[in-house]
Amino acid sequence: MRPFTYERAKDAQAAVKAAAETPNAKFLAGGTNLLDLMKLEIEHPAHLIDVGRLPMAAIEDTSDGGLRIGAMATNSHLAADARVRARYPVLTQAIVAGGSGQLRNKATTGGNLLQRTRCAYFYDTTKPCNKRAPGSGCGALEGLNRNSAIFGASHACIATHPSDMAVAMAALDATVETLSPSGAARSFPVIELHRLPGETPEVETHLVPGELITAVVLPPAPQDSRGGSGQVYRKVRDRASYAAGLAAVAVAGGKIALGAVAHKPWRAAEAEAALAAGASPQEAIGRELDQAADNGRNAFKINLVRRLVPAALADAGEQGRGA
Amino acid sequence: MKTTITVNGEARALDLDPRTTLLDALREHLRLTGSKKGCDHGQCGACTVLVNGVRINSCLSLAVMHDGDQVTTIEGIGTPDRLHPMQVAFLTEDAFQCGYCTPGQICSAIGMLGEVAQNWPSQETAELTGKITLTDDELRERMSGNICRCSAYPQIVAAIKSAAGELA
Repeated sequence: MRPFTYERAKDAQAAVKAAAETPNAKFLAGGTNLLDLMKLEIEHPAHLIDVGRLPMAAIEDTSDGGLRIGAMATNSHLAADARVRARYPVLTQAIVAGGSGQLRNKATTGGNLLQRTRCAYFYDTTKPCNKRAPGSGCGALEGLNRNSAIFGASHACIATHPSDMAVAMAALDATVETLSPSGAARSFPVIELHRLPGETPEVETHLVPGELITAVVLPPAPQDSRGGSGQVYRKVRDRASYAAGLAAVAVAGGKIALGAVAHKPWRAAEAEAALAAGASPQEAIGRELDQAADNGRNAFKINLVRRLVPAALADAGEQGRGA
Repeated sequence: MKTTITVNGEARALDLDPRTTLLDALREHLRLTGSKKGCDHGQCGACTVLVNGVRINSCLSLAVMHDGDQVTTIEGIGTPDRLHPMQVAFLTEDAFQCGYCTPGQICSAIGMLGEVAQNWPSQETAELTGKITLTDDELRERMSGNICRCSAYPQIVAAIKSAAGELA
């Protein structure tokens, strides 16, 4: 690790102020992704602002029947919350599909959203990567791209976002709350948090420098026509446990989000619209996949998603034709 | 940077480079070498310790993040003449060969049983709103963050099941 200075933030306002005033500063919460990347010298912040003990770990009911999840709530606590298990099972299923018990005990809600890609070229500092070293090129384009994106990629970057939790939140129409260095709070849909890579894959979110995620808010849980949850998370990967996904899908009340297939959690808007118009699950995901593209080794993901989504819809009891 | 961590019940004052991980603080500064450095990237689980009773990878945490925390390492779980029931079970079931992963396995198993006692779900939990039963599949899934290069997994499962029955 390269040398850095460390401070523990007294409160959220002090944290964003310090982040705005200190060059090359980063927030540190659970540290499970950031410290790993710092050891590899992929991340090299000059200053860490520890926000891990800020009083933002509570999970609270909102007045409209939703849930407000503090950004410091650990993945384990969020997955185990009785309200989440009963009303948002897709979120619990997604969280426990990611990482290991030890990692989920440390990883936070805000940090999970901001974790970085597992693309092998991002991790290998001897290889080109526009995300790690802008302008150096993309080694994955014609390289080991088995787990690369099939939606929304660019010639500069075909990396995927690895979060499971964020995919469930995208399907649940969650909202992110933040605090800006100016002191202003704002909120926006979680699906608008991450960017597609375009020409600047190193810029991964729409957060401004120093902006701190303070909470994620879930709207009231969707219900299917039979009063069930209509929710399911399915993840396909190389090992049965503790492995990044090759493709994943979250279904919640007719909303569909895909994971491990794009630079961000991918809301399958075309498939949702087709389902709503009466298409079969197979037809609907086919409509979504009309815009998919592969780079060779990741071509199998297109068929994987073609089969995975109808299976998940069946699981969720969301057959599309008025089930 | 000055940090005080309570390790195995004893407050330890440290003055550390902020880069020092909790694992390195334990091993290199406090000479508690029971916690092992395997991958140093949170993938193998050999460094697992309990922080305020919760299992974490000590390699993926800075020591300065744990000022004021209560850390339990394998040295605090039991001693050769006063073994913890989980340690006894690992011996009885022959749940290791080289033993390098064992301190992490034992700390992780103790933390894992606490999670089950709190009814935390895993991806093997079919009924999320029901009471968790520690089946073999549940146990294996919950221990997937601990790798055993000697592949003593069947014996590790047997040991943890045996200790779980005794500790229940």
